[in-house]
Amino acid sequence: MWWRTIQLSIKSVLLHPLRSALTILGIFIGVASVIWLLAMGEGIGKAAQEQIASLGALNIIVRTVKPSSDDVEDGSYGLTRSDYVRLVATIPTITKALPIRILAQEFRYQTRSFEGRLVGCTPDYADVTRLKLDRGRFLSDADLDRERNYCVLAHESAERLFPSGNAIGKDIMVDEQFYTVVGVMQPRAPSAGIGGSLAAEDYSRDVYVPITTLWRRIGDMIVVTKPGQFQRDWVEVTQITLQVAERNDVLRTADLVRTTIENEHSFSDYGVTVPLELLQQAETTRLMFILFLGLIAAISLVVGGIGIMNIMLATVTERTHEIGIRRALGAKRQDITRQFLIESTVLSLAGGLSGVIGGLFCRPLTLFMRDQLERWFPDQMATLPDLIRTMEPQLVSWSIPLAFVISLAVGILFGVYPALRAAQLDPIEALRHA
Amino acid sequence: MLSGETVHALRGVSFDVPEGDFISIMGPSGSGKSTLLNLLGCLDRPTSGHFLLGGDDVARMNDDQLAETRARRIGFVFQSYNLLPALSVVENIEVPLYYGGQLNAATRARSLELAHMVGLESRLGHRPAQLSGGQQQRVAIARSLVNDPKFILADEPTGNLDSKTTEEILELLQRLNDEGRTIIMVTHEPDVAELTRRTIVLHDGKLQSDERR
Repeated sequence: MWWRTIQLSIKSVLLHPLRSALTILGIFIGVASVIWLLAMGEGIGKAAQEQIASLGALNIIVRTVKPSSDDVEDGSYGLTRSDYVRLVATIPTITKALPIRILAQEFRYQTRSFEGRLVGCTPDYADVTRLKLDRGRFLSDADLDRERNYCVLAHESAERLFPSGNAIGKDIMVDEQFYTVVGVMQPRAPSAGIGGSLAAEDYSRDVYVPITTLWRRIGDMIVVTKPGQFQRDWVEVTQITLQVAERNDVLRTADLVRTTIENEHSFSDYGVTVPLELLQQAETTRLMFILFLGLIAAISLVVGGIGIMNIMLATVTERTHEIGIRRALGAKRQDITRQFLIESTVLSLAGGLSGVIGGLFCRPLTLFMRDQLERWFPDQMATLPDLIRTMEPQLVSWSIPLAFVISLAVGILFGVYPALRAAQLDPIEALRHA
Repeated sequence: MLSGETVHALRGVSFDVPEGDFISIMGPSGSGKSTLLNLLGCLDRPTSGHFLLGGDDVARMNDDQLAETRARRIGFVFQSYNLLPALSVVENIEVPLYYGGQLNAATRARSLELAHMVGLESRLGHRPAQLSGGQQQRVAIARSLVNDPKFILADEPTGNLDSKTTEEILELLQRLNDEGRTIIMVTHEPDVAELTRRTIVLHDGKLQSDERR
């Protein structure tokens, strides 16, 4: 009985191929846009999350922030060596603590030179920042203990000083002193700068030395020369990266870190960044975004549904005579309702299925469109934010059943009224209808 | 219906139809012919009075029961054939079975048999639009027989046909009556009515004459 009704419905849908195709197109657009918009939302959200996650979800980053000049009396501000010691000694959940001192420096080897970052750090640094060794070795505990003048070069630093040769074992000059290269790192993409609390960090032009060596040989003084101004600042530690073992401990530890440092600093010369907090914020934003896009897509589905209703109402009027014949030959009201309801469902199902297939092409089509846009309008594309320009749509697995079920519901919902109207027709009147 | 007042289209019309009869109903337009036809076809219920079909009072049936009665106990033949355009010949013949819930292998075989009987065995897969008027009316007759009805209700079955085809269709109906089928036919052509066993004439909603030949 049901199968027969479905067959009949498909037949009458095929009786008007163009009209049916246009109706199906409405649902197709609705379903495909649900899948597409969700995929794009997911793609953008994922990208943001990955950027934050690259900071390390288990990390808490405390950094020196230069305060407004009124607060600083003697030019000394920021995190101190005793802050570091206190944090490590008083908070048991901290499993790794990594003090870093960063200075802008000029590096030279024979006739070559370049401006980069001199990073005083500990052996954990490579691990925590996920830098990978290319050749040689990273700094060791022994290097720190003995305050050796060893250094490790970041990828680009090595290329600039030693464009055609092995850097290991060579002595480079930093601030009038020689440092022996013991290792070279692999390249790494810059980490994110998120929410203004953290500048994007570029690791490509770094030179890593033991932080103890840096303290001993270079000291805490920063000389800032601007036109008409000469200023000396004293900073002991640029940044302390703390790591905990458990994700659950991150937020609690972050609170302890904040209070510990707050007690020692009379003015705001530091900042605490917790990537996990940012991650959670980003997750909220992502959900809002998806909800918003989903709403837009839902509207287009409703429009498709109205298309179905429109067509079905027209069909009922047009087929009044047929309804009369069917009723005369023994169709009950519910038979007529079912027939028209199944017909509208067939239309919406066809739209839903084709929409899902269209949705699956989201990624290749978006990438293709972006390539074309970049070819024809490179200038306009360059002005777009990176997050959008490099966005890769990620199909959300649940969006496919969701879109499909919604399309089905739309077909039934918007089919009910025309179907009931068809069933309420008086068989005698309907038969007389030409 | 005029301003809520009921117009009595039929009044005091009373007659019996024995099984195997072949009746023609005649009368000018406005005589209540259509109303009688709708009542006999269980498309409508009498506001008062009774229509007993094999012992069941149609006046007491609800909408679904009326539909089921039409599907299982009445065979319709219309002036304009009234085939479903999307369906093939066999499928059209099967429609009453489908709505009567009687569609199965045995009844399907019966549909084919009937198609054969009306001489359309070579056109089973054709659509109505591909058939001539006479052929369409034969499909309609096959359809009216498929549920093995109590009677066939034919509303001007030859009204749209030329004289040669009219003859063929009337011959077919007569043959069916000879085989024992009860047929009630509405017509306004006296020479068509001539061929039936009995003619009822309506006038102004009343029975004017009921003559058996």
